Amino acid sequence: MRNKSSRFAIPYVVWMALFVVAPILLMVVYAFTSAEGGFTLESFASMGLYLDVFTRSFKLALIATAICLLIGYPMAYLMAREGRRFQRLAMALIMLPMWMNFLLRTYAWMSILENNGLLNQLFRAVGLLRLLGVDHLELIRTQGAVVLGMVYNYLPFMILPIYSVIVKLDASLLEAARDLGASSLGVFRKVIFPLSLPGVLSGVTMVFVPSVSTFAISRLLGGGKQMMLGDLIEQQFLGGAYDPNLGAAIALVMMVIVVVCMAVMTHFGEGEEQAVVL
Amino acid sequence: MSKKELIRLSDCVVKFDDEIILDHLNLYINDKEFLTLLGPSGCGKTTTLRIIGGFLTPNSGDVFFDGGRINDVPPHKRQVNTVFQKYALFPHLNVFENVAFGLRIAKVSGDEVRRRVTEMLELVNLKGFEKRPISSLSGGQQQRVAIARALVNRPKVLLLDEPLGALDMRLRKDMQSELKRIQQEMGITFVYVTHDQEEALAMSDTVVVMDGGRIQQIGTPEDIYNEPKNAFVADFIGESNILDGVMRADGVVEIFNRRFQCLDGGFAPDEPVDVVIRPEDVDIVSEDQGQLKGTVTQVTFKGVHYDTIVDFYGFKWLIQTTDYCPVDSRIGIKIDPDGIHVMKKSAYSGMFGDYSSYSEEYDEIGDAGVEPGGEDSGDEE
Ligand SMILES: Nc1ncnc2c1ncn2[C@@H]1O[C@H](COP(=O)(O)OP(=O)(O)OP(=O)(O)O)[C@@H](O)[C@H]1O
Ligand SMILES: [Mg+2]
Repeated sequence: MRNKSSRFAIPYVVWMALFVVAPILLMVVYAFTSAEGGFTLESFASMGLYLDVFTRSFKLALIATAICLLIGYPMAYLMAREGRRFQRLAMALIMLPMWMNFLLRTYAWMSILENNGLLNQLFRAVGLLRLLGVDHLELIRTQGAVVLGMVYNYLPFMILPIYSVIVKLDASLLEAARDLGASSLGVFRKVIFPLSLPGVLSGVTMVFVPSVSTFAISRLLGGGKQMMLGDLIEQQFLGGAYDPNLGAAIALVMMVIVVVCMAVMTHFGEGEEQAVVL
Repeated sequence: MSKKELIRLSDCVVKFDDEIILDHLNLYINDKEFLTLLGPSGCGKTTTLRIIGGFLTPNSGDVFFDGGRINDVPPHKRQVNTVFQKYALFPHLNVFENVAFGLRIAKVSGDEVRRRVTEMLELVNLKGFEKRPISSLSGGQQQRVAIARALVNRPKVLLLDEPLGALDMRLRKDMQSELKRIQQEMGITFVYVTHDQEEALAMSDTVVVMDGGRIQQIGTPEDIYNEPKNAFVADFIGESNILDGVMRADGVVEIFNRRFQCLDGGFAPDEPVDVVIRPEDVDIVSEDQGQLKGTVTQVTFKGVHYDTIVDFYGFKWLIQTTDYCPVDSRIGIKIDPDGIHVMKKSAYSGMFGDYSSYSEEYDEIGDAGVEPGGEDSGDEE
């Protein structure tokens, strides 16, 4: 049946087919073929070599997501409970860095963290380095630096969805909880937190997915020592180790893992919503 | 019933943006009493409940509970539970857990929670709904969950903000008697808000009629109906013909230049007054026997009686009678002395009690309530 509204949908369907479905199909095809074009599982077999890159990527992404949640949730909560003016100011401060170019922000962190960077100069000036008896602190080219870079870049994506869920909570629900005897903590635990879980869920997704596939941050702040999946894939397409089939296979495996993680979490989140919250 | 005072609002004033919402409200509520706040939309009923519940601190004035001042006691420390006007059910919990909420906070044991919640759900006719998510319930079902959720905690005082507004007529009648029974059995003080005068009269020990942030009258349902204090109360509670009169002596009031016997007294000689005559207190007689004579202008069949609009010297009365009088017929009326109620003039004088715009007025009342004996019509929605 062709009605008016379905005709309006055509451009979107074409768009999705061209730019969403087609690339995924291409990726799958590449992943299961050899350079010559025949079917093969070679790419998946050779992936074992890069197990450490996989574990590092997921580990760092998990840590970054956890830190974003720990910082972002309280911040979103406090923001949502404040007055209008504070909310607008805080929102502007959170969004402002995002208007700057992503690479620029990351370069800025490089110059802060470098062996002769701002932080080390500061530590030297206050005599901390002499106290410790070292020339400089190893700030850059560490996993910590990579995590810092990810947290800095992706924190807004955690705060915003949580904030928008909490700020829309019906005030009468909080009153009802108080009326039934809940203290402030009780109201938070039994009403606000469970109702904010959908925001947490989308925040976690929006931080974890880009974190796990990031490449520039790990290269710039990890100094090549902290190679992550994004870097690995990049190498297969642009670097010396040119092998698009392997790159596609890695991307496919990563995608499957992420999708499974998200599905499990969503399921868990829904269960949580209906379950007896303790 | 004991007459111990439980709650007192003393000189409470509430303002929002310099607009006075509650104007020096004085109200006391006895232990185990069923007290109803009755008034039109926006008159401050919910605001009054919010003061008692602790969600709103009056700009001035005091709130006492059991003799102690509780202005600064937060809601969760008050022995009061509320059935909110908009239900405020928790969307992330199912029906059972919504009702169990207060018990879980109070750390009641699992077995007892199950027992008490089940008992409550049975009481509000929602057995078998335990596992249902809130979003799948109809408005009336949600309202009953809200009632169960508050009642299950056995509070000393239950505040109910139009708790039956979303129910159809039959269910509403059932729930009315159910709530009344619960209130008496459990010995809970009910502060009940409604704009349905009939509900108020049927259920309450005490009715508080409010308008414009002020209490217009406090009394038993009989007092309020039979002895309204001003034209607003007379008009709001039931149907009333309100006429200008002059008090010629104790027990003698003059309407349309004709003297009528009444039971009221204590007015100054020749004081102008408002006279209330209920539509059911008027007897129709033949024209030559009538104390007043008029022409029938409209007749509506209401089941038990006819609503008959009669024009007396340009002023239209509503008369409820079982005798059918055709339109344009001339009739006379008689009024017994106890059918006449005399009130002092007030700010409301002249605003109510004329049935010239009969049909409109009746529509309004049809929204708010139920006609006497109209149980079987069921055409509320
Ligand atoms: N937070 C608020 N800010 C400003 N005005 C308010 C606020 N709350 C209530 N009001 C005003 O106070 C008045 C009384 O409100 P209230 O809710 O007590 O009325 P009500 O008697 O419960 O009416 P209804 O029968 O419609 O529920 C209304 O005019 C309303 O607009
Ligand atoms: Mg209200």
